[in-house]
Amino acid sequence: MDRNQSHRNRRRVLKTLHLTALFLTMMIICIPGLWIVLNSFRPTVEIMAKPPVWVPSFTLDHYRAMFAGAGEGGVPVFSYFRNSLIVSVTSTLIAILIGMSGGYAFARYRFKGKNGYFVGLMLFRAVPGVALSLPLFIVFAKVGIIDTHFGLILAYVAMNVPFTIWLTDGFFRQIPKELHEAAEIDGCTRWQAFWQVEFPVARSGVASAAIFAFLTSWNEFALASQLTRSVGSKTMPVGLLDFTAEFTINWGGMCALAVLMIVPALILTFIVQKHLIAGLTFGGVKG
Amino acid sequence: MTEVTLSKVVKKYGQHQAVHGIDLDIQDGEFVVLVGPSGCGKSTTLRMIAGLEDISGGDVTIGGRVVNDLPPRERNISMVFQNYALYPHMTVRENLGFSLKIAKRPEQEIVKAVDEAAGILGLDELMDRKPAALSGGQRQRVAMGRAIVRHPDVFLFDEPLSNLDAKLRTQMRVEIKKLHQKVESTIIYVTHDQVEAMTLADRIVLMRDGHIVQVGTPLELFNRPVDTFVATFIGSPPMNLVDGVVQGETIVLNGSISVPLPVTAGPLTNGQAVKFGFRADNLMPIGHAVEEEGAVHELDLSVTLTEPLGTETLLFTNLAGVEVQAKMFNPRPVTPGEQLQFRLMLDKCHVFDAKSGQAVRG
Ligand SMILES: Nc1ncnc2c1ncn2[C@@H]1O[C@H](COP(=O)(O)OP(=O)(O)O)[C@@H](O)[C@H]1O
Ligand SMILES: [Mg+2]
Repeated sequence: MDRNQSHRNRRRVLKTLHLTALFLTMMIICIPGLWIVLNSFRPTVEIMAKPPVWVPSFTLDHYRAMFAGAGEGGVPVFSYFRNSLIVSVTSTLIAILIGMSGGYAFARYRFKGKNGYFVGLMLFRAVPGVALSLPLFIVFAKVGIIDTHFGLILAYVAMNVPFTIWLTDGFFRQIPKELHEAAEIDGCTRWQAFWQVEFPVARSGVASAAIFAFLTSWNEFALASQLTRSVGSKTMPVGLLDFTAEFTINWGGMCALAVLMIVPALILTFIVQKHLIAGLTFGGVKG
Repeated sequence: MTEVTLSKVVKKYGQHQAVHGIDLDIQDGEFVVLVGPSGCGKSTTLRMIAGLEDISGGDVTIGGRVVNDLPPRERNISMVFQNYALYPHMTVRENLGFSLKIAKRPEQEIVKAVDEAAGILGLDELMDRKPAALSGGQRQRVAMGRAIVRHPDVFLFDEPLSNLDAKLRTQMRVEIKKLHQKVESTIIYVTHDQVEAMTLADRIVLMRDGHIVQVGTPLELFNRPVDTFVATFIGSPPMNLVDGVVQGETIVLNGSISVPLPVTAGPLTNGQAVKFGFRADNLMPIGHAVEEEGAVHELDLSVTLTEPLGTETLLFTNLAGVEVQAKMFNPRPVTPGEQLQFRLMLDKCHVFDAKSGQAVRG
């Protein structure tokens, strides 16, 4: 009786601790994002106020200004958004196609130097993107693809392919090889067996890889800030710099643009979250 | 007509040779079981027939056509895998109809064939479920259904029952046999379980280390094993083997007990080292024996352990220093240590050369 009681008490305490820890962690993760959203709707005075104003007032001034003409503190939001979208979507599609083929090859085929290639790809991931920005800048400038969508897409594909290979390799590896063998016996070519059976089964994994690749491209700043200059190719993260002047930073405007950047990423993540979860808890394939 | 022939078929994995040039003729409609200990090359052989594994040497013919270089889809075979390999993203209905869909058959034909297969295997209730929502036995059925939908020339089974529990395995064994009677196709079936091989096969192919050791009907392998390996692999419990030396018309077992030479034994030389083999069924306590014709030798042995099985009891005793098993029919309780008089049915005994292990038979 007493034993049970104390046991139950301990469980309750542990649960409370658990929830508190979770709450604190989530707060640390979420508050900066929340602060950005809040600041985008506050007058500049309030943003800068010390001590902070806890009860925010509401204004759409920053958004109005952002969409206004160039002379009135506006930035070419639509161009930036379009550039970001073109670059991210295209580079993700290409990276997924290449990465998936590579991942499949690593998972299914035996070839000379397989492990060497694999380690090489992973080492490539270890090089920070910024370190490459100067060499890339010089090469791109010489070739004449600086300040173009194409150049940025190229850089992002190279950045995303190793990770995609690594991720999809893991997913394909978990699919028993008997699945494509069964499909081949059922009349498929190797190609059909892949698209009819293995790809649908690994769909969640591929979707997760795609989301990661997309978010990497969508949020990337260091390389983009070097490789793009003009309104025709600057992406949204680079566009944020438009709000910095020599001595001042327009925090409100920056937050407003940041919100426009976060929202599509959030929406996308929500749309594919089912796949993400399924992809991360892969392994229920055994049929 | 779909005979399957293997001639001098070899499989090498790099340096390692998994299959050493095997020859095998399988008749149309025959149920052939490849059996042998794990790692002996059964799956490799089956997969070469299926086209899932390259053939390193020799020829495989299906229905008179050399298929060495044909992909699996052009061999008109179907296969049931040990882990079933059901398509997890498709319902049972889609799994069953997949091969016909790939072959671009008309919709009504697919529906008809799928319903027919479902009827045969009792899958009607499960048609809209995904494999994840099925039990092991049900998955097994779906895998078999998927195989029969296409009416292939040859069915290949690779240890299809080894993931099932004992009771279900016995059940499915019967169903597979019934299925064979119904479809009348050639079946090549791989298992490591000699009971499965004995109960299912028209003909058993017993393999070891990439070689075929013996081919024959279950009773041939049971009654006339070519060597000690076959003798101990087929039959449960395994055949008792006792070392001995030929002396005139007798064999002296381990230098102590002598038994007359079985009349079935072939030419033996005086002093030849042999292994004397007999099954538990042929060593029975007097009064609890199955009456049989033929020469009998009587032995007094003491029982060390008993295993009652209901209709019979296995008795463990000691013959010339070797533990051997005997069978007591119409059993009565026996206490360990009890001395019993046994009859050894000499006509059913086997003599193997001690060095080569080969049977010496007249
Ligand atoms: N892909 C492979 N690579 C190298 N060796 C293999 C491969 N597949 C099977 N083997 C070897 O070939 C032999 C026969 O294997 P297998 O046919 O699977 O045996 P089993 O009779 O148990 O089905 C084994 O020694 C195994 O280690
Ligand atoms: Mg095997």
